[in-house]
Amino acid sequence: MSLLVLDDVTKVYHMGDVDVHALRGVSITVDEGDLVAVMGASGSGKSTIMNIVGCLDRPTTGRYLLAGEEVSKLDRYALAKRRNRTLGFVFQSFNLLPRTSALDNVELPLLYAGMRTKERHERARAALERVGLGDRVNHHPNQMSGGQQQRVAIARALVANPKVILADEPTGNLDSATSEGVIATFQELRDSGITVVLVTHEPDIASHAARVITMKDGRVLSDIRQEPKRAQLDPARTVEAEG
Amino acid sequence: MNLLQTLRIAVRALLINKLRSFLTTLGIIIGVAAVIAMVAIGEGAKARVEESFSSMGSNLLVVLPGSTSAGGQRGGFGSMPTLTWDDLKAISAEVPSVRYAAAQLRTNAQLLSEDQNWNTSVYGTTTEYFVIRNWPVALGSAMSDSDVESGAKVVFLGQTVAAKLFGASADPIGQLVRIKNIPFEVKGVLAAKGQSPTGQDYDDGAFVPLRAYQTKIQGGLQQFIAGSIYVGAQSQAATAEAQRQVTNLLRDRHHIGPGTDDDFSIRNLTELASAQEEGMKTLTTLLASIAAVSLLVGGIGIMNIMLVSVTERTREIGVRMAVGANPGDVLAQFLVEALTLATAGGVIGITAGLLAAQRLAEQFGWPTLIRLDVVVIAVVFSAAVGIVFGLYPARKASRLDPIDALRFE
Repeated sequence: MSLLVLDDVTKVYHMGDVDVHALRGVSITVDEGDLVAVMGASGSGKSTIMNIVGCLDRPTTGRYLLAGEEVSKLDRYALAKRRNRTLGFVFQSFNLLPRTSALDNVELPLLYAGMRTKERHERARAALERVGLGDRVNHHPNQMSGGQQQRVAIARALVANPKVILADEPTGNLDSATSEGVIATFQELRDSGITVVLVTHEPDIASHAARVITMKDGRVLSDIRQEPKRAQLDPARTVEAEG
Repeated sequence: MNLLQTLRIAVRALLINKLRSFLTTLGIIIGVAAVIAMVAIGEGAKARVEESFSSMGSNLLVVLPGSTSAGGQRGGFGSMPTLTWDDLKAISAEVPSVRYAAAQLRTNAQLLSEDQNWNTSVYGTTTEYFVIRNWPVALGSAMSDSDVESGAKVVFLGQTVAAKLFGASADPIGQLVRIKNIPFEVKGVLAAKGQSPTGQDYDDGAFVPLRAYQTKIQGGLQQFIAGSIYVGAQSQAATAEAQRQVTNLLRDRHHIGPGTDDDFSIRNLTELASAQEEGMKTLTTLLASIAAVSLLVGGIGIMNIMLVSVTERTREIGVRMAVGANPGDVLAQFLVEALTLATAGGVIGITAGLLAAQRLAEQFGWPTLIRLDVVVIAVVFSAAVGIVFGLYPARKASRLDPIDALRFE
């Protein structure tokens, strides 16, 4: 089943008198349970795709179907609900709330879903354990390494059981050993049935995806299926690297 | 997300910057504290004034003789005896808005008990007088109509007089007091009445039934009332009407033509009291405007800091939106923060104000009165300030574009 369907999507930004054509007719279909990397140089339109797929922005023309539902015309409230229930985000700069514990950060989506406190705590704890941070629930972001912070962000993205996790340059601020661990976590999520869309400009990261879409000037340049390289989630190595 | 969770998030955000949050609310704290303290003192003073007015008697008019220009002689009130006993009867019988009327004759005399003496005012009056003045007895019995009619030689002492002649805790009922060398039996001691608005001690006086006063103390009946007439109107609202009607009646009875001055004067104590109240109202209005200005200033302070906060936390707003906060959630969060700041300021301000009022009361002996409604209004107003001045920053936050907010450095 096609989870994400972009049908001839265009996006035009108005910058003063100039119209910037970020997307010039993009049609992509992503199946459930896939691990897709979106590559391209800066300005190629890959971030715009991310924003539209992530319900943070709406296409200028064209249709976008998320889990079979046309969302391109939804209002801000409805889009917020899709982001809350169907999507999870992982950012390059982690975007954790400062001076807030890992547990509270992970609970955030559940808070906006209106879940009760007890259930929230349980699920947030379970999500942190799943990314290997069960012993760091009360740590604040500034007490954790970059890799740990990013794994808290992944826990936050998956805590509400989303269908899709969108990762925008998730390893951009991490060293290669830590990156490998993060990618391994994504592969694990994919194995459990969650669709993962990775935006990256690093070919090495993209090599771990089953499908690589390359963008250029607002159009799809290539769309290749490949045998994904398996990332190593070596606890000893990651701990040492994060020291 | 429910309100309690929103509140918890707001409180947590405010506690992160404790000093800043405190300084933000300082404007409201000072404003509210100042108002609460001033109102407490103002209300205390007002209560004291009201008490002294009500101790004079309810719905009271005092008719005084004099103010004459007859025969070319002119003088103020009291300069000529012009009120007659028939005037008194006419006032109580013919004026519908008057409930009671009683004469009050007055002289100064030395009172002697067995071993003490005291110079005081001796009044001759009738039973209605005590009703008009709302003045019960504390010991013994009240003056009765038969005391008045029989000319009984009995006396009713004010608290001060009783204490001076017999000692503070003694029971003088049945004892003899000599007034102008004539023995009077003490039949009652009046309840404590306190001070007049001008500081006169009401309890320093002795009361004798009218007839006995006239025959034994004044020395014979007279045509004119050598004192004043106390008039009790039907109600407080009727006092103005009673004043008008009594004036017309007396002018008519004294054959005073239009354009000629009254040969009597009427003091309306209710009017005096309402003039006082008017002054208090002005003070209250002044306090309210100070409160309004200080809350306005405090509100602007809150808005300022909230705007800074929204800018500082743009990234956070973006993250919250990305994980599912809708514009309403963001609006609520910042609005509740502003509301919490303002309300906390209000509550702290009230506490500080009450403490200040209490201290002032102790230090200077000022009366203070804490009114619950003022406290409630202060809280409601500070909360309203929070909402009004928090709305703009909160709207600004809720309208942020999540993409821009996430990119914000």
